[in-house]
Amino acid sequence: MEELDGEPTVTLIPGVNSKNKQMCFDWGPGEMLVCETSFKKGKSELVPGCPFIHIIRKDVDVYSQILRKLFNESHGIFVGLQRIEEELTGKSRKAQLVRVSKNYRSVIRACMEEMHQAAIAAKDASSSRQLSSQVSILSAMELIWNLCEILFIEVAPAGPLLLHLLDWVRLHICEVDSLLADVLGSENPSKHESFWKLVTILVLQGRLDEARQMLSKEADANPTSAGMCRILGDLMRTMPVLSPGNTQTLTELELKWQHWHEECERHLQDSTFASSPHLESLCKIMLGDEAALLEQKEHLNNWYHFLVTRLLYSHPTVKPTDLHFYAQSSLDLFLGGESSPEPLDNILMAAFEFDIHQVIKECSIALSNWWFVAHLTDLLDHCKLLQSHNLYFGSNMREFLLLEYASGLFAHHSLWQLGVDYFDYCPELGRVSLELHIERIPLSTEWKALKVLRICEQRQMTEQVRSVCKILAMKAVRNNRLGSALSWSIRAKDAAFATLVSDRFLRDYCEHGCFSDLDLIDNLGPAMMLSDRLTFLGKYREFHRLYGEKRFVDASFLLLSLMTSQIAPRSFWMTLLTDALPLLEQKQGVLWKSSAHKRIHLT
Amino acid sequence: MEEILAKFVSQKISKTRWRPVPPGSLQTADTFATGSWDNEENYVSLWSIGDLGSLDSDGGLEGDHQLLCDIKHHGDVMDLQFFDQERIVAASSTGCVTIFLYRPNNRALSVSQQWTTAHYHTGPGSPSCSSAPCTGVVCNSPEIVTVGEDGRINLFRVDHKEAVRTIDNADSSTLHAVTFLRTPEIITVNSIGQLKIWDFRQQGNEPSQILSLTGDRVPLHCVDRHPNQQHVVATGGQDGMLSIWDVRQGTMPVSLLKAHEAEMWEVHFHPSNPDHLFTCSEDGSLWHWAASTDGPEKSSLFHQGGRNSTFLSHSISNQANVHQSLISSWLSTDPARDRIEITSLLPNRTLSVNTLDVLGPCLVCGTDAEAIYVTRQLFS
Repeated sequence: MEELDGEPTVTLIPGVNSKNKQMCFDWGPGEMLVCETSFKKGKSELVPGCPFIHIIRKDVDVYSQILRKLFNESHGIFVGLQRIEEELTGKSRKAQLVRVSKNYRSVIRACMEEMHQAAIAAKDASSSRQLSSQVSILSAMELIWNLCEILFIEVAPAGPLLLHLLDWVRLHICEVDSLLADVLGSENPSKHESFWKLVTILVLQGRLDEARQMLSKEADANPTSAGMCRILGDLMRTMPVLSPGNTQTLTELELKWQHWHEECERHLQDSTFASSPHLESLCKIMLGDEAALLEQKEHLNNWYHFLVTRLLYSHPTVKPTDLHFYAQSSLDLFLGGESSPEPLDNILMAAFEFDIHQVIKECSIALSNWWFVAHLTDLLDHCKLLQSHNLYFGSNMREFLLLEYASGLFAHHSLWQLGVDYFDYCPELGRVSLELHIERIPLSTEWKALKVLRICEQRQMTEQVRSVCKILAMKAVRNNRLGSALSWSIRAKDAAFATLVSDRFLRDYCEHGCFSDLDLIDNLGPAMMLSDRLTFLGKYREFHRLYGEKRFVDASFLLLSLMTSQIAPRSFWMTLLTDALPLLEQKQGVLWKSSAHKRIHLT
Repeated sequence: MEEILAKFVSQKISKTRWRPVPPGSLQTADTFATGSWDNEENYVSLWSIGDLGSLDSDGGLEGDHQLLCDIKHHGDVMDLQFFDQERIVAASSTGCVTIFLYRPNNRALSVSQQWTTAHYHTGPGSPSCSSAPCTGVVCNSPEIVTVGEDGRINLFRVDHKEAVRTIDNADSSTLHAVTFLRTPEIITVNSIGQLKIWDFRQQGNEPSQILSLTGDRVPLHCVDRHPNQQHVVATGGQDGMLSIWDVRQGTMPVSLLKAHEAEMWEVHFHPSNPDHLFTCSEDGSLWHWAASTDGPEKSSLFHQGGRNSTFLSHSISNQANVHQSLISSWLSTDPARDRIEITSLLPNRTLSVNTLDVLGPCLVCGTDAEAIYVTRQLFS
């Protein structure tokens, strides 16, 4: 086992005095129970103890209202992905998997948006802060997922790779559009205080068309710099980019780009932009000058933006395998030895190095909930990217993560229904896990029990069906609902329990002299065959009915067959004989009398 | 059919009902109530679809349903019915029946009346007054009838503290649903596959009629009466089978239609268009059944734009003895004449669809995947 990275966090439990009293605890599937014992530490005086048992949950995310939507929607996507697995073939496979990945991401974004709105609308500061931190966690998850999609699922080759990375960066910097609207909306855009900031950001993001528009506004307002603006604008316009659907090869693009780069270089050397420091620094940025880029640290905000901008302006045809060199150096340059990389940085770096296992491992440690790693790993597994190296307890990584996630769902009072489908798609340990978990779901109403039973029956878990039905049948018997008890034992095909219920009926008959619940016994139908005692009960009731209808011959035959068939319980033989007496006195019972001997034999 | 809009609401929905529109008005339904289940705190909520005017929207799609108000409900919401425009009756798994009052001006729900021990178990093994879930409720102003797992039928009247009439041990098994047949008569279904008709004018504790299917005692979960023909009743069972019964004729169903693969939770005749029937099931599907008595040329099996339009399934039990004068297409036994077109309304298979309701051109349903689906153009 690996060493822990840091000290474990201490959680204080309100009301429990851990200085004076010893605590005891017990682990559950998702929670822990803690309470105070009466054992004292040291020689402190007797103080009244805390009378509560505390339930401690590690995973609070599962109880968040907004995150529940994430769990439900992603469950739908997960199940859909497993179902179309067989249909995924050939060329469309990659496109379909990319689409699934985009679906997951849009669900994360929707959740983020809603949480953001909730944070704004929150009434007190602490919940607002908590929601905001949740938003940033979701944002980080989406960032990582997006990068994994580009590198592992889309598998973009050199050329398109950079375009995807540009989109990736642009998606995560949102202030640009509002700033753009701000500046453009003002009376005199070029005199706006954030004008040059805006133009710089646009250039850093590779949005050169918009940057050019801004420059033309500056040219209109400031005739002295018009010439320079025009030249820079031209440079922006002529920068060679790979557009999707473009048929030029990578080599052609490289050549053109080299040519363009040299032209920019020449302008800089000729001091064309010397009189305007803003324009000069823009030109340097476009040349990919590292020092100039590092000056814009505050606008870049993070090292991966720095990386992408740097690649855009110095190595636009970067190959995926070379990415990690640039990534490492970008990280080092950007941090400049002042701060150490954060967990998010390590995860992204591992992704650039194409080390999927490291990505998943780091994410598992950093995040409090298994949702992210379980779904991402499952998707990557469908892309056939995970070698099946077995973990030491037998299952592979995808299955391990799904099992952990599903177990977490089962610890929730309501989300357990989602967990069932996750277990279904774990080939090795899924079924046994489901069998263990499903027996422990509290059955507060029959309706809920029916749903649990349906889940078990669909998967042929006969033991669990039997156990659930037995629980319900016992409850019904205790509540004197014998009809319900019988219908549960019929569903479970539990002959022993049916016998128990029938005995109850017969006992009630002996005590009260009449049958209760005639509507049930009269209408048993083929279920009567489930157990001998039940058959006896049904037939005995039929005997009573025939007798009541004065069909004495039929009644006698029935009674005789009841006695000879040996399904009558011993305790009932006296009753049967007593019932026979009035029939013996009947005139029609000739046949009856002749078999009187047989009956006495039995006694 | 127009797109069906889905919204995830962070609670599993057990029941949903449209708020009735004022009689004689031309507006379509725009508000519905939902009840949740299996949460530590359950809620009865009211939602609105369509234009809200002064309400701030959270940027949702046009027509996306918005929460108007909600109120905590103790226990799972087992059944829900609108008593009238302003009052909602909720049946709880704690055996309690509550009337909630909705004040549109305040946009708030409050408890108006409650019968806390409507359903309970008594027995040698149960502690005195252990509660039993109330499984079904039906209203016909001013009366409310409830049934529960204790096999008891209660008749309540609004503003009366105690039940007006109680039939103890009406059934030895669990009663799953109840509906009115004619005003003094109700019909119940139970977990041993029987329909029982009770007449409140009679004094005894016995049903006036019992109907059932011979053979396997498959539990019946839902029942609905034809809006115009009060003798036609549809039921749905644990095996997903839809049965149509004629209560005047014998004790057997008139038709049995193989439908869903798992329990059918609700069946509804369309209130103004009774040739249309809707069912929803544990298997995650919601079906629209359209019966027509026109000639075979009329309905092709694959129109209605439904991408999941399916087969015709129509098997009839041979016991019915139906008069030719019956006009109901549901009771007709002539296979050459009538066709039933079945369309699946939900785009993907999901977890169980627990509930549905239809009013005019609008349909709402709720699922265990914590989603509510609404469509406002059922018959386009």
